Amino acid sequence: MFKYLKQLTSLVAMVAVLFTFTTETMAAKKSKTLKNTQKKGFVRCGVSQGLPGFSNADSAGNWTGVDVDVCRAVAAAVLGDANKVKFTPLSAKERFTALTSNEIDILSRNTTWTLSRDADIGLTFVGVNFYDGQGFMVRKNSGYTSVNDFKNGISACTNLGTTTELNMRDFFNSKGISYEPVTFEKADEVVAAYDAGRCDTYTTDKSGLAAQRIKLSSPDDHIVLPETISKEPLGPVVRQGDSVWEDIVRWSLNVMIEAEEYGVNSANADSMKTSDNPAVKRLVGAEGELGAALGLDNDWSLRIIKQVGNYGESYKRNIADTGILPDRGPNELWTKGGILYVPPAR
Amino acid sequence: MENRGITFGYGFLSQESSFDVQFSLIEFDGSHSYFRAYLVGLLNTILVSVIGIIFATIIGIAVGIARLSKNYLIERTAAIYVEFFRNIPLLLQIFFWYFAALRALPLPQKAEPMFGVFFLTIKGFFVPAFIWNNLDIFIYSIIAAIISIIFVRIHARKKQETEGKQTPVLMISIGLLLILPLLSFIIGGASFTVEVPVLKQLSQSSFTYEGGIGLPPELIALALALSLYTATFIAECVRAGVQGVGKGQKEAAASIGLTPNQVLKLVVMPQALRIIIPPTTNQYLNLTKNSSLAAAIAYPDLVLVFAGTALMQTGRAIEIVSITMLTYLSLSITISIFMNWYNKKIAIKEK
Repeated sequence: MFKYLKQLTSLVAMVAVLFTFTTETMAAKKSKTLKNTQKKGFVRCGVSQGLPGFSNADSAGNWTGVDVDVCRAVAAAVLGDANKVKFTPLSAKERFTALTSNEIDILSRNTTWTLSRDADIGLTFVGVNFYDGQGFMVRKNSGYTSVNDFKNGISACTNLGTTTELNMRDFFNSKGISYEPVTFEKADEVVAAYDAGRCDTYTTDKSGLAAQRIKLSSPDDHIVLPETISKEPLGPVVRQGDSVWEDIVRWSLNVMIEAEEYGVNSANADSMKTSDNPAVKRLVGAEGELGAALGLDNDWSLRIIKQVGNYGESYKRNIADTGILPDRGPNELWTKGGILYVPPAR
Repeated sequence: MENRGITFGYGFLSQESSFDVQFSLIEFDGSHSYFRAYLVGLLNTILVSVIGIIFATIIGIAVGIARLSKNYLIERTAAIYVEFFRNIPLLLQIFFWYFAALRALPLPQKAEPMFGVFFLTIKGFFVPAFIWNNLDIFIYSIIAAIISIIFVRIHARKKQETEGKQTPVLMISIGLLLILPLLSFIIGGASFTVEVPVLKQLSQSSFTYEGGIGLPPELIALALALSLYTATFIAECVRAGVQGVGKGQKEAAASIGLTPNQVLKLVVMPQALRIIIPPTTNQYLNLTKNSSLAAAIAYPDLVLVFAGTALMQTGRAIEIVSITMLTYLSLSITISIFMNWYNKKIAIKEK
């Protein structure tokens, strides 16, 4: 018995070492951003200064929109309550600096994913929550029916410092049309100037055009031209260098989309725990250990679906029912003719 | 910064900017570099500041003197103007002038021409452009006129000091300024043609003007707001300056037989200027810095073009903001060096 004691001690020691290692890696999984968020008790989220359907505050200060829902999903996953989000409205100019300088932890502000933004300035895009494209709005009585009707000397109102400004130049250059760009810092001023007749056309992402059109003095006198001149995949952004946080945000969004794909919604999520489909059971946390991989508990995805809803519910609530873009277009699931396709949560 | 994955460097200045600017004094499009975009913004800032300073000074002096008027109506009108415009935040005034102008101005196709060639429309103020032949000869003739005016003035002063006779310097100066450039047309071969803006149809309902020079409404609104706002402060400086000159000075000057005009020109103004210049320098600096509010109404100044679009396209916040700050600092220092030099020039020279 005595002679085995030595081996036994070394075994215990080894198990202890291994165990500390595992807890160590578990702790390391807890990213700095995640730790800070749990300590503060709210998710710090950067949103727009008011874009109906995406991120817009009502008179009581309640934020709604598909961009807002991404942050709410993360709050539900990480803190257990979708309302524990602090929203910071940001201009196009401030948004990236606010994120890199630690003012916010998620930027969910109809931001286009481009190579230079992703690679150059300390940001990481985690996915796409809205597939958009740039278009033009004109007055109905102008007789323009296509961008091919544009002539030299046309003046175009738009927002300052967005990809819109660059696409506009590419577009007019390729058509060989000389144009006058009139760029404002805030969307409200763009709308006011276009409304007053300062510009012949207003160009921005088509979802933005649809949302801003309601702000015009007589929305019915304006139309959006059919052409789309650019790809604008909009999605949430996080800081570079915290891959766990990045994964949490990415999969919070993916879970919403996958939930729609499997027909799991806020109403039936609890009953889906007994589903026959293992993919559905994984989604509601009844099978697998997906939460642990992200440093979260296993009910994280169930909370997202119950408190925020799936992507389809979010889209319907914010964009379709508000009359902005009733037709989902490319933002329909891949199984229904759209291009919404996310990696499987397993 | 390294921790956050931010790189630092000024190399981006030579990269292609790939955005266009609405209005620039030098040729610019997206194929030019970010540095050239910086120059475009800087020149636009200087342009609106210079226009603002000139108009603010003219309005300021006029209102300042009007406030000293013995005519009750003129004095009250000037006082109301000053109190009204200096007590409303400048940004609001800029918005007011811009959107009021946009609402009030006619569409290009409905604009009534002024003198047949000027068109003030919602899309801008279109004026005829001069297309010159032998422009250099015309410029030389103006330089020659200015040099000869300086000689005439020196001569006139000498004559007054030695013989006590006065020369009509003003009339001679105006004459020179007219005759010499005229000669450049007749003998020198300078000539120009006028290009009048022409209405152009863009679509069934929208028009614009082609040819000539188009000043954007943003520039007009900004210059108007800046000069009306700053003029109120300059008016108060002028009033303080003139009131600061002792009453006895005027009476003494009148008693030795100077005409009221001479009293103002030779006795009151030289002393008043000493009081007026230093606070007015501050107002010039304020105006220049306030011109950065242009970003709100789409006038492409330094802040909008460089600290706005260029910053967002490159993401180089620290570099661009530091350059912009240094630029405003240099602009301000240049103005104050000039004003200090002028102040010294008119200061009492104690012997």
